[in-house]
Amino acid sequence: MRPLPWRAAKLVEIRQETRTARTLAFAVPGWPGHLAGQHVDVRLTAPDGYSTQRSYSLAAPEDGDRVELTVELVADGEVSPYLTEVLEVGDLVELRGPVGGWFVWRPESARPVLLVAGGSGLVPLMAMIRARRRSAGLAPFHLVYSIREPAQRLYPAELDRPDPGLRVDYLYTRATPGGYGRPPGRITRADLLTADPDADCFVCGPTGFVEAAADHLIALGHDAARIRTERFGPTGG
Amino acid sequence: MSTENDYLDGNTLAGPLAELFAVDLTVAEGKCVSCGRNGPIADLRVYGPEPGLVARCPGCEEVILRLVRTPDAAWLDLRGVVALRVPLP
Repeated sequence: MRPLPWRAAKLVEIRQETRTARTLAFAVPGWPGHLAGQHVDVRLTAPDGYSTQRSYSLAAPEDGDRVELTVELVADGEVSPYLTEVLEVGDLVELRGPVGGWFVWRPESARPVLLVAGGSGLVPLMAMIRARRRSAGLAPFHLVYSIREPAQRLYPAELDRPDPGLRVDYLYTRATPGGYGRPPGRITRADLLTADPDADCFVCGPTGFVEAAADHLIALGHDAARIRTERFGPTGG
Repeated sequence: MSTENDYLDGNTLAGPLAELFAVDLTVAEGKCVSCGRNGPIADLRVYGPEPGLVARCPGCEEVILRLVRTPDAAWLDLRGVVALRVPLP
């Protein structure tokens, strides 16, 4: 027997998050549960037997047989266009997981947490924010979220809602909302100056973003052993 | 994206390695045979997935691990790691 089986996952709900991203909720009978930050592998198989798989972060904390992913369309990708534009409620995919025990946050931790997200790198960090809220956790959370422009924000209503102990800073790289104090641009050391220097850091985004953000944190004196990173690449699609 | 950032990290090995091992090897710490750097599998730079996954040391770029899946077998080459410390809860 394989240690980790592929399971049939039935799409039960779709939420359009932005023009190019949507959240897919699956019912996965026998789902063993997961930790915030873990991911799953999704496998698609064509009628001719060709199959391909990609990894996606779980967007929500454990909830019985229900598993949520938020998938960003990669225009020339192989899997994400199918997941974001074709898949309909009632359709089946294969799913393996949860996997990855490194990039995880556990609700029993009371340590301060810094989350640094680039684009859809927010997804596993959002699972942590939601897990904290659900557990009424006392750990202070600080999210620094970099996106191209306001319309690309994932979960804007939820992040705008007051959530005691959670601070959210937005960095826009291309276009800002009117009157926004910080000019558009990539993440800099100054953007991380107000972060708690003793925080457990979780950094997720495209590889170049993660390298830059992790370098800034180390330059600011954060302990490398407290910085956990997860990269998704140019071929993530 | 520039080619110098054309890699992922060891977190992406979690699923493929879970086909072989009952414990999560991405949290295991290993020592690079080339530069002696210690760190978790999750921190390696991973190139692939085709024709196979190649994990390199983030310190010196030495090949630490290679994993190739064929229809009826998995090939795992751990040439670059002195030893793995696997946490057992």
